[in-house]
Amino acid sequence: MTSVAPHCAPPAAPTEPVAPPESAKAPEVSSWRLLATLGIAGAAAGLLVVAVYRATLPTIERYAAQKEAGAVREVLAAPARWDTVYLVKGALTKRVTADERKTLPHAYLGFDASGKPTGAAITAQEPGFQEEVLLMIGFEPASGRLIGFKVLDQKETPGLGDKIERDSSFGRQFAGRIAPLTGVKGRAPSGEHEVQTITGATISSRAVIRIIDHAIEQWRPLLVAYERRGGA
Amino acid sequence: MSTTVAPPRPVYEPPAPTPPATPAPEFVPGAPPPAPLWADTWRGIAKENPVLVQMLGMCPTMAVTNVMANGIAMGLATTFVLVGSGLFVSLFRKYIAHEVRITSYILIIATFVTLADLLLAASFPEISKALGPFIPLIVANCLLLGRAEAFAAKVGPVRAVADGLGMGLGFTLSLSAMSAIRELLGRGSLLGIDVMGPHWEPWVFMVLPPGGFFTLGLLLITVAWVAELRRRRREALA
Repeated sequence: MTSVAPHCAPPAAPTEPVAPPESAKAPEVSSWRLLATLGIAGAAAGLLVVAVYRATLPTIERYAAQKEAGAVREVLAAPARWDTVYLVKGALTKRVTADERKTLPHAYLGFDASGKPTGAAITAQEPGFQEEVLLMIGFEPASGRLIGFKVLDQKETPGLGDKIERDSSFGRQFAGRIAPLTGVKGRAPSGEHEVQTITGATISSRAVIRIIDHAIEQWRPLLVAYERRGGA
Repeated sequence: MSTTVAPPRPVYEPPAPTPPATPAPEFVPGAPPPAPLWADTWRGIAKENPVLVQMLGMCPTMAVTNVMANGIAMGLATTFVLVGSGLFVSLFRKYIAHEVRITSYILIIATFVTLADLLLAASFPEISKALGPFIPLIVANCLLLGRAEAFAAKVGPVRAVADGLGMGLGFTLSLSAMSAIRELLGRGSLLGIDVMGPHWEPWVFMVLPPGGFFTLGLLLITVAWVAELRRRRREALA
């Protein structure tokens, strides 16, 4: 008997490691263990995030306050000091709770060294060419005369629309103009109500003019009424 | 005559398995082959560069490389998240059940993304504002989940950190190269410092989205061309 029955043949030597069967690879895990894993991981992650949030919050808020103070100083032509007034039920008031301070619309009233009011600064946001443009606008409430404005946030086309922020000759011409403004194109502005738009940024320039007009139209009566009441 | 009992048929007995000299390493399906640490790091920087070779993370590559400071900040923030999530995914790999692994990886990645976002806002507010939503969006960058699932979950923490560092540096290098080209041509400056002089007319196109696509295309062509030249030279030598 020379031939070897097939069932007696030695098994071929495994040439490469074989993955263990499916049962060995993924044992059944109880739902409670899955819940516990995710619960503990979520709690640890939450604790870490809250800790870092609390640690960084004062710095982040300080930066925001610095930026706002810088903008107020710029658009009110360096006042000696300023008050913040809040819009509550259609009238301006200084007296609000700390929570309301963060959410209520507000204006900054600038005063010179002798305590004489120099103007009011407000923020306003409206669509520009691409996205919302956020401006801070300084003006004299009694006359509607502009002191200046600053672009706080914009996402206009780089190199074209963003000139509303970078072109200083465009920004400077607003000082002393009286709202409502009109944009003129291709000629020097004449009169107190005209400003020249930027070549290549006509739509963004008009957006700036529109935002300023709307904001002054909306805030001027409120600020005048506040001053007439004697700043109560 | 008594009947003789036939001798039992010989049955093949497989040889007793010899125990291996060293204990076999734990079997992890799909684990990367062992490699020295420098190789784990170098892989992400050159051979498997996330952007230029693996083509991962294209969204931030296009969106934030208009100026160099943004590209570098994005790259470093992503490196921080890659290293942090790689370390934690690897440390907890034996405790994370297969069924909830994706959820757990995303949770770990999201935690590090939130930390990166807060720390950047507290240290570089201008860059944080310029990068806008793209730092929180690191969580959706497939490079992160890809490295967690394909590498960090299958190796020890040291290798996972080495890999995360390499991938992060490779990402940072690609983004720096893209943003350097775009800022130089689109604004005539590098890191905000004017280098092209006052007579340079900026190619505004380069800082707009189409410029990003062209720059990436040219970089990919260059990388593929260099790889092809090297392959030909190796074949000529062999």
